[in-house]
Amino acid sequence: MWSIISVALYLILGPVVGGLLAGFDRKISARLQGRQGPPLLQPFYDLFKLFSKQSVVVNNVQDFLVCGFLVFIVFTGGLFFSGGDLLLVFFALTLAGIFFMMSACSANSPYSAMGAQRELMQMMAYEPMVLLTAIGFYKSTGSFAVSDIIHSSVSNIAYLPGIFIGFLFILAIKFRKSPFDLSTSHHAHQEMVKGLTTELSGNILALVELSHWYENAFLLGVVGLFIINSNWWSFLIAVPVCIIAYFMEILVDNTFPRVKWEVMLKSTWLVTLVAGVINLMILSFIK
Amino acid sequence: MGVIAFLIILPFVAAFFLAFMKQQGKMRDYFIYTCCAVIVAAVLYFAVTNLINSESRSYLLETRGLDTAILIGEFGLMGLVVYYGFHYKKYYVAFLSIAQTGLIAWLELFGKKIPEANHILSDKLTIMMCLIIGVVGCLICVYAVGYMKEYRAHHPEYRDRSAFFFAMLFVFLGAMFGLVFSNNLTWIYFFWEITSICSFLLIGYNQTQEAITNSIRALWMNLLGGLGFAVAIVYGTLVLNVADLHGLVTLGAGNEIAIIPVILLAFAGITKSAQFPFSGWLLGAMVAPTPTSALLHSATMVKAGVYLLIRLSPTFAGNLAGTMVTTIGGFTFFAASLLAISQSDGKKVLAYSTISNLGLITACAGVGMHEAVWAGVFLMMFHAVSKSLMFLSVGAVENSTGSRNIEDMHGLIVKLPGLAFVMIVGIAGMFLAPFGMLISKWAALKAFVDSNSLLLVVFLIFGSATTLFYWTKWLGKLVAVLHHSARLPNTVGKSEWFSLISQAVLMISLCLTFPLVSTYIVEPFLSDMFHQTLPAIISSGNVNIMIMMLCAIVILPIAVRFLTFGKKNKIVMSYMGGANAGDDRNFIDSFGDSKPMYLANWYMEDYFGEKIILKPAIMLAAAGLIVMMVIAIGGAV
Repeated sequence: MWSIISVALYLILGPVVGGLLAGFDRKISARLQGRQGPPLLQPFYDLFKLFSKQSVVVNNVQDFLVCGFLVFIVFTGGLFFSGGDLLLVFFALTLAGIFFMMSACSANSPYSAMGAQRELMQMMAYEPMVLLTAIGFYKSTGSFAVSDIIHSSVSNIAYLPGIFIGFLFILAIKFRKSPFDLSTSHHAHQEMVKGLTTELSGNILALVELSHWYENAFLLGVVGLFIINSNWWSFLIAVPVCIIAYFMEILVDNTFPRVKWEVMLKSTWLVTLVAGVINLMILSFIK
Repeated sequence: MGVIAFLIILPFVAAFFLAFMKQQGKMRDYFIYTCCAVIVAAVLYFAVTNLINSESRSYLLETRGLDTAILIGEFGLMGLVVYYGFHYKKYYVAFLSIAQTGLIAWLELFGKKIPEANHILSDKLTIMMCLIIGVVGCLICVYAVGYMKEYRAHHPEYRDRSAFFFAMLFVFLGAMFGLVFSNNLTWIYFFWEITSICSFLLIGYNQTQEAITNSIRALWMNLLGGLGFAVAIVYGTLVLNVADLHGLVTLGAGNEIAIIPVILLAFAGITKSAQFPFSGWLLGAMVAPTPTSALLHSATMVKAGVYLLIRLSPTFAGNLAGTMVTTIGGFTFFAASLLAISQSDGKKVLAYSTISNLGLITACAGVGMHEAVWAGVFLMMFHAVSKSLMFLSVGAVENSTGSRNIEDMHGLIVKLPGLAFVMIVGIAGMFLAPFGMLISKWAALKAFVDSNSLLLVVFLIFGSATTLFYWTKWLGKLVAVLHHSARLPNTVGKSEWFSLISQAVLMISLCLTFPLVSTYIVEPFLSDMFHQTLPAIISSGNVNIMIMMLCAIVILPIAVRFLTFGKKNKIVMSYMGGANAGDDRNFIDSFGDSKPMYLANWYMEDYFGEKIILKPAIMLAAAGLIVMMVIAIGGAV
């Protein structure tokens, strides 16, 4: 029963949360740069307008691939909020990511092809840490199921501080934030134009935007999972932690310039090894 | 018993006749089809009857006559290797062969009486292996019929030895059946040697300098493993008084009495399944015509190695032999998948991917735990089908377009939609979420975490990421939609299509029915082997979710077509900074001339190239292997 309600809530509130976060992001970023910034609801206005526009694309396969991206992102989030298996959730996320990448590959365009290769590089960089996160929860609670993890007596962050840090690190890649916004960026006029999404526009681009909102809501859900335990008030702590995590990502976004892929790959894998694997090692001694 | 003897003998008989059918023609084609159909039917009959009776059976306690025949056969094989060793002036090959055959012959003729045990054993794992060898192997043979005709047309420079080629394919199948049915170690060893020599002959098919060099490499590496096998047999018989595989596993499970023969057999398994440092022979095997590679990589040869390791797995739990096998396997999984990133030759990517996946199976066997072996058996099954599918489709693309380079497969979905689709199924089967290999990888990950093997967990998570990289970029090449490109004429023959489609269907149906395979074949086998029953490795809820995902992928294209019906997308050229020269294939360069655009994948030679990684990986693995073997054997003596 609870799982159905929370999935329904995710389906309805997911994009709302995602959109609000995007608006919040633009507002804060603008203030950090000494600008006024758009209204908080600007992302929603943008989305509605995009939906009403005709899509200008290079082929008709993109419809299918982008829909696949949306469907599997929603599936990922739904599975997560219904209390499903965390590994399966991450596998579904990878599948969604591959659909998105394929939409760029199918375009046969120089900029989206470059974006696709970079996106793939990003996936390779963050994948170990994502899997390690699931393993960390399993080691600490004895179950991969989200429904079991939230019923642990102590917040899992107590056992998984290193993995939490590692996850925050890769969150910058997943949120497509600088210094790791290699494959596509919120800001056009760059060497890669818009990277992955160069050849997408109009209502198809709106679907991509919507998927990202769902995805971001889900990712913050994973951040919250580190905090939530069997006490009801842990939710009250989890929400501010998610907001702070998001704020940190905005801060980092505005502070660091984009790095080369080599730097991203090396630093992400290093963080995975140092923070994640050592955390797991210690955990296997005490658990 | 009758059907077992039939399965072992029929391929040899077929090979004998094929060797004399020098003329290519309808008669030979139909002869091959018939043999394949009979083998598949026999395998299915065998599998069904044994699943209904559902018991492990063993046969043939007393086999003096057959033993003598096998001994003579071994001398024959030795003679063959010695001949080739002298012919190509590689005397060490002859030496290796004489040494091991001498050991076995000495044991049989002058050693003490060989302890009694059943020579033939059939259980659930045998059924699984038979299905893989019979069904996948025969589909490859069917494919080969059409392929070799085109191959001859494309490569008139090589002498046509296709009669010999087909004969060897069937000998290979027969040897594999013999290997999986045998329980007596000397018998297994005999069939093991046949597969080594067969692969040598098949790899050397073209008789070019490269083919000969590579085939000799395959031969000496596998003979080295065979030497380990022979020493293990002699030691087992003389010291432990056990000469059958089942007895050895029973004796060695949970203690370290049998560690010396176990580690030697594991060594043989590692050479056969092309783990680092012995990866070289499998990479070299791609000089041969595609059906050879498909057979070596999927249904036979390398599977013999991991089959032996899986059989031995209870003896690996918690000892140094297990540590050796898991470390080499885990390391190979990671290193080979890194190397695959830098390759653009389709067959080479497949070769590295085989080595990498076999590494994972090896690691699973080495953990020696119930759930790890579950994962290993499933990896073996899914890998056999999807790898054979991949090889055969790459071969078909090569015959159609003249190139097997992944870069040249750009836009294959437009040029050869059928082949591209089959290939996409194969690639998805290799690594993507609701499909086969991923299920097994998932179980493997769980098992590694449960057994507290941190090093394996690290290898697995990083190896999964690199695996994702090289498969996805291949997938990306296939789906590119190029403007103004026409379909290429479909030159793929009927027998090839039949084989490809059957395997694609097999792949998808296996993904849907794997819980049944688990319940009726793999679980009973494991509870036999480990004497305990465990709850389902992947819960039924999760299986349902996986099946939902699979259905979603199938339904999605249709649903989207309906939803977007009547939707008007404006189709434009792709963006090239406004410099398109009339289409999205050419652009205007800074001199005002039109230049063709070329989109390449990333290969990153400076980081993942063979020059950078291959040598250190082989050295490291060789050092680890030697050190662990010396410590284990030294500690036991």
